[in-house]
Amino acid sequence: MAIDFSKETGIGSSGGAPSGSSTGSGKFSPSVITGIIGGGVGYLFGHWLGNAIASGYQQVSGSGSNDVATLLGYLFATVGWFIGLGALNYPLKKMLGIDPDFSEPELGKGMSKYFKYTVDHKIVGVQYLFGMLVYFFTAGLLALAIRTELLSPTTHLWGPDTYIEIVGEHGTMMMMMMTSVILGPFGNYMIPLMIGSKRVAFPRLEAMSFWFTPLSYFILLSALWQGGFQSGWTSYAPLSLQQGVGQDAYIFGFGLQGLSMVCASTNIVATIINYRAPGMTWSRLPILGWSMISLGFTMILSIPVLIDGLYVLALDRSAQTAMLYDAHGGSSFLWENLFWFFGHPEVYLLAIPGFGVVAEIIPVFARKPVFGYKTSAAGMIGLAILSFFVWQHHLFQSGMNPDMRPLFMLTTELISIPTGFIYLVGMGTLWKARIRLTGPMLFMLGVYFNFLFGGLTGVYVSDVPINVTVHGSFFVMAHFHYTIMGGVIFAFFGAIYYWTPLVTGYQLSEKLAKIHFWSMIIAFNSTFLPLFAVGLLGQPRRVFEYAHRLQHLNQWVSISSYVLGLSLMFFVVTFIWQLAVTRKPAVRNPWGSRSLEWAVDSYPPPQHNFRQVPVVLAGPYEYADPDALPIADIVMENKDRAPVGVDR
Amino acid sequence: MSKVVLDESRSDESTKGHISKILISWAVASIIGMSLVWFVLGPHLPPGTMTDQAAGQQFDIKFVSTLAVPVLFFVWFFFGYSIMKWRVRPGEDPLAGGANIRGNSKAQGTWYILTTVIVLGMAVYGTYFLVVPAGAGGGEGASPIWTPATKNMLQVQVIAQQWRFTYRWPQFGGMETTSLELPLNTEIQFNVTSLDVIHDFWAYQLGVKADANPDYNNIAFAKTQQTGRFVVRCDELCGIWHGAMYNYGNVVSQSQFQTWATNMEKQNAAVTKLLPKYATTYTPSYSGAGGGYYNTATDPNASL
Repeated sequence: MAIDFSKETGIGSSGGAPSGSSTGSGKFSPSVITGIIGGGVGYLFGHWLGNAIASGYQQVSGSGSNDVATLLGYLFATVGWFIGLGALNYPLKKMLGIDPDFSEPELGKGMSKYFKYTVDHKIVGVQYLFGMLVYFFTAGLLALAIRTELLSPTTHLWGPDTYIEIVGEHGTMMMMMMTSVILGPFGNYMIPLMIGSKRVAFPRLEAMSFWFTPLSYFILLSALWQGGFQSGWTSYAPLSLQQGVGQDAYIFGFGLQGLSMVCASTNIVATIINYRAPGMTWSRLPILGWSMISLGFTMILSIPVLIDGLYVLALDRSAQTAMLYDAHGGSSFLWENLFWFFGHPEVYLLAIPGFGVVAEIIPVFARKPVFGYKTSAAGMIGLAILSFFVWQHHLFQSGMNPDMRPLFMLTTELISIPTGFIYLVGMGTLWKARIRLTGPMLFMLGVYFNFLFGGLTGVYVSDVPINVTVHGSFFVMAHFHYTIMGGVIFAFFGAIYYWTPLVTGYQLSEKLAKIHFWSMIIAFNSTFLPLFAVGLLGQPRRVFEYAHRLQHLNQWVSISSYVLGLSLMFFVVTFIWQLAVTRKPAVRNPWGSRSLEWAVDSYPPPQHNFRQVPVVLAGPYEYADPDALPIADIVMENKDRAPVGVDR
Repeated sequence: MSKVVLDESRSDESTKGHISKILISWAVASIIGMSLVWFVLGPHLPPGTMTDQAAGQQFDIKFVSTLAVPVLFFVWFFFGYSIMKWRVRPGEDPLAGGANIRGNSKAQGTWYILTTVIVLGMAVYGTYFLVVPAGAGGGEGASPIWTPATKNMLQVQVIAQQWRFTYRWPQFGGMETTSLELPLNTEIQFNVTSLDVIHDFWAYQLGVKADANPDYNNIAFAKTQQTGRFVVRCDELCGIWHGAMYNYGNVVSQSQFQTWATNMEKQNAAVTKLLPKYATTYTPSYSGAGGGYYNTATDPNASL
């Protein structure tokens, strides 16, 4: 198989991941503290440099803000942050010809390793998990601020500027951060385990991909202190050219997150292709692996377009080029094209990993092989490919390429076919199954329930005549919240309940999981279902004033959103409580899964995952085949056979 | 891994019985649901019937909603039935396997063909209803290819700027108004442009929506067929007062419109002289809001 045991790949006789560059110990060992110091110093230097370069120019001295200084500040802050974290020690040593240190320090039991630049994919996965939760809840609180404003059509809690800044901040943070919500925690953590590997292909890229995210998060949030950006997450030019330095925070924060996604996806694709254990053939690859590889390729192909667009925008704002400014020969259509050429694949970057988790978990609780294994892989690959051919459906009313609308309507509607595959797979798997309605399973069924509304309304928005009414309205907003929050976020929480025993060694309460699920799905639907009506009745997005006749619906939605917030708060409290206080030890293989990740020696898995690279003997979904071989040549002990969530 | 135990009852069950139960209940519920959507909800669906285009959109929303009902119900009924029927009961072995089905070429093939046919049908349907009602009220760019049969149209130029709409009337001396009155039973051509950032002209009840781009003329058509008031809202984020960028217009009888328009033309005559010559787009300049829109020869601020 594709495992190279030679010394050069870093898989020594121990076969484990290479050591991190943060191997030093003592007071000055690199950690998040030195990273912050480095970032701060870098920012001050960059800001000084920007002022030194640009403060003499008329457009800077006259405007009171200096985009060059802000952008250079962020640039050097990024460099300083990574130097402080110790991320550059290893590559610099390599470049200087110094033999890098391959000794492998045992990672201690303490928490400090989670605040360091480490190359163990499991630690990066946990870092991602908590990072993603922080980002999600920050942006979620911003959503509650939006809903509070919309309690009344005329009375205002925020000024119109603050309101629209909150809207933009919520949208940008959700869209840029949540793209990694499955890939980051579960892709990085589970994929090497699932494919029987002791490590990932590019552990430093993977670590770097995570450490971009806190920086990007704080830079984006810092916009709120600097006058924000009033241009939304889409930031159409020339509006984005009018904005103050808050727009630079958007550009840089989004750009860093883009780099993070490129790093993470490059690593995951290379890992799946090259690090599968002997016998882990493509037809035995877990569905999550197929979703990660489709996701990875889509990211690698689409994110550079975003970074390119952001670069164009940054140049227009700082170096006074006019690529997006019509009057000087540029075009505002250019940004719309570049943005949505990334932006549409982006929404499938959110959906595909959700589908992967669903198809991965449902067979475990249906005790059946996944129905139409090839169909489900084809569905995700089909989504990934088609996602590059539909971006102009965001621009049906823009006046751009109007005679191309039938084509983009066709390609958009074709998306229903691979999406339908995901439903076919789910329905076929439940057919004549033995269904256990555990917490994770309920979340997976919830994904199907919610996504159905998102998918069906997708046909409305793709139909050009209907799009005339619904474009830019709350209908579209409800549509994509159903696909993204109803899809990938439900899958995310289900995945947390499913894999927490493996990741932490602690079992989560089934009862609390079910309370969380039912309160969340009811509050979610109560929040977003009325928004379809609100949009059809004529309320545009991103407004702080709306028609009086829509007040009751809006109030209903706002109050439901508070209940949704409480449900999520319930998750936070019970999750932390169970991990920090009750700490119920997980039983071995609690769900009775066949997949390789549960076959490790201990929960959480030991540093190098497996004692030796396993030889895979059968597929992961043979739940109903009495003659099937065990998945690998590892004894998966399950003596107690007391799976969770069953009344016996 | 301990040996897989099978629940033999799953494999022995008759498939036909389950399918017919699901299909019959689904068909009954769908017929009821579809009739309710078509006949009860349908006439009240937005955006109403004030123009030909709005009525077309209303019909499309009704049509798609009616078709969505059986799809929704099929998935619901299938999931509901499966969960009720094949749930592990207390006392049963929780890890026993279900039926060892990896796929079913008949079911999968039917699914592929059916979804493909529906999707292609929807695309043909959407294209027809885009082309026939002259672009269905959407923005069609500077040189629309799907146009109304008549060339004799009322020209209304919509000028968007942060944060209001104004309207210019080339057939009435190029006057500019802040209010929008439209005559009944008239084919109207909206020429939508912007002086600064991207806006969107959304006349909700007229079923018209077109982005207002700087330096670009985005054309949309509508044929009025009912009198009444309509709301105009900006539908692309255009800065802090985006939420307050709205006003109202009226569709009135043709004689009322003539009276209004001639009065406005007279009232505005002095202002109209200061305006630049009517054009499809106006290039903004750096000199403040509206920039070069105002005639540089007569605008005292133009030299700023």
